[in-house]
Amino acid sequence: MKEIITVKDVTFTYEEATEPALRGVSLAVQEGEFLAVLGHNGSGKSTLAKLLNALYIPTEGHVTVCGFDTQDDDHLWDVRQQAGMIFQNPDNQIVATVVREDVAFGLENLAVPHAEMVQRIDEALAAVRMTDFAAAPPHMLSGGQKQRVAIAGILAMQPRVIIADEATAMLDPSGRREVLSTIRRLNREKGITVVWITHYMEEAAQADRVIVMNHGQVALTGAPREIFEQTAQLREMHLDVPHMTDLAQDLRAEGMPLPAGILTVDEMTEEVCKLLCQSR
Amino acid sequence: MMKNITLGQYYPVDSWVHRLDPRMKIVLTIALIVGVFMVSSFVGYALVLAFVYLAARMAKIPFRMLVRGVKALRFILILTFLLNLFFNAGTTMLLEWGILKISLEGLDQAIHYSLRLVFLVMGTSLMTLTTSPIALSDGIERLLSPLKVIRFPAHELAMMMSIALRFIPTLMEEADKIMKAQMARGADFESGNIIARAKAMVPLLVPLFVSAFRRAGDLAMAMESRCYHGGENRTRLRVLKITRNDWIAAGVTAALIALIVLEGRFVPDLVTLVQGWLPAEQTASLFFTKGLKL
Repeated sequence: MKEIITVKDVTFTYEEATEPALRGVSLAVQEGEFLAVLGHNGSGKSTLAKLLNALYIPTEGHVTVCGFDTQDDDHLWDVRQQAGMIFQNPDNQIVATVVREDVAFGLENLAVPHAEMVQRIDEALAAVRMTDFAAAPPHMLSGGQKQRVAIAGILAMQPRVIIADEATAMLDPSGRREVLSTIRRLNREKGITVVWITHYMEEAAQADRVIVMNHGQVALTGAPREIFEQTAQLREMHLDVPHMTDLAQDLRAEGMPLPAGILTVDEMTEEVCKLLCQSR
Repeated sequence: MMKNITLGQYYPVDSWVHRLDPRMKIVLTIALIVGVFMVSSFVGYALVLAFVYLAARMAKIPFRMLVRGVKALRFILILTFLLNLFFNAGTTMLLEWGILKISLEGLDQAIHYSLRLVFLVMGTSLMTLTTSPIALSDGIERLLSPLKVIRFPAHELAMMMSIALRFIPTLMEEADKIMKAQMARGADFESGNIIARAKAMVPLLVPLFVSAFRRAGDLAMAMESRCYHGGENRTRLRVLKITRNDWIAAGVTAALIALIVLEGRFVPDLVTLVQGWLPAEQTASLFFTKGLKL
């Protein structure tokens, strides 16, 4: 596997802030992986996202995206084209008054010729299953649909990485599922690398790898199952543990021999059924 | 509260007029307004009325929508009429009553200005009713783009317009939400006089403004992350094309203006007409009173 994003010893201090938001963060994102970044409010996870898209430039250290240093002004547009970003508020990232034209916005900026533009828009809308809404005004869409339009807008620019900065935080549960499943499908089918920033454990549980941020530093890193077993540490960082992991630990404490690494209701059901069968 | 203002509203049907190029519609509307200001007799206004009426028919817009737009401006219309009627120094007096003086020229001016205003509103309404706001901002951008040479921000202007259009429904929704939230907490937006009601709007406007600024910040970031770098070196999804129909529309409008010019030459205006009717001594006596005043 190839490293697609490299963050090396990055410190970032906001203007007029006394404390840095990120201190000495180093991490690497592998091409094609689904990486979740967890952390409570103010842990620096959103700052990290904006550094990956050259919206912020590190105070110290370097961020490299697809081989381009984000400090290099000559490649600013390359970085932003390669690493597309979806934001938290679905309303505040749609520019145009018609879905189709919003998807076109990035392509217009990249000066893509008209014929190719039309084709790419159709493909992008099909990929997020919003073709039927091509002519709709964005304010008539649901939150989840708006986020899918935002994804299409990024997708049309043919990026290698999609960074989602709490893209589901303002959606209802069905909108959240809709957006996450769209992103997961794009990750699987098109091999687009995903950096999924969130504070929902259930979402992080679906990632290939999880990074937990705390006080501007990388606190934990590993596969979801490894991370969520460290309940005490997660609680210390004001993060919730998935309910089923929590329940499994309580049951284990009561003497039920459940294995480690249970994340979902389905897994729990399966393990409990196994135990019941054995005890008979 | 804004449903009576047809000026700036879009009437979404498909018609020959709707399909015209927005640039052509803007130019022709300006030409129509210039034409209306050149009219000197009622024959000319009848021509303009016929033109507007036919255009509305072709655009499948009910004519009463245009009338409604004029009705919304009735106070300005009445004011214009009265100001012109009373404060125009004329030579042929029709009525004198204390400080109120109405002259024939004043009456003529009053009628002219009111009718011009009526057709100005009708003409521009006709344009906005048949052109979607986004096409309009596109048209304005293309029309003004030659001015980029003198650093006129044509692209920025159009971008601002289209973003404003994009956020109008969003902000309306938000205003509604805040209003309901305040009402649930006992706020009263409906009773009291104008001042009391204006004061009641403050707790609505402050959060609305705060959120609008936050939205603006978010949007700027989202636009930048999608490689927005101003109007330079950019292609467009919407392509404008002048077709044969646009030239037909231009031809008809040109014919109207030519007729208006001819009408100015051959049809007498109101002042000449009335002075022709008045018996000679009455004109003289009117002139005499005028002379005394001076």
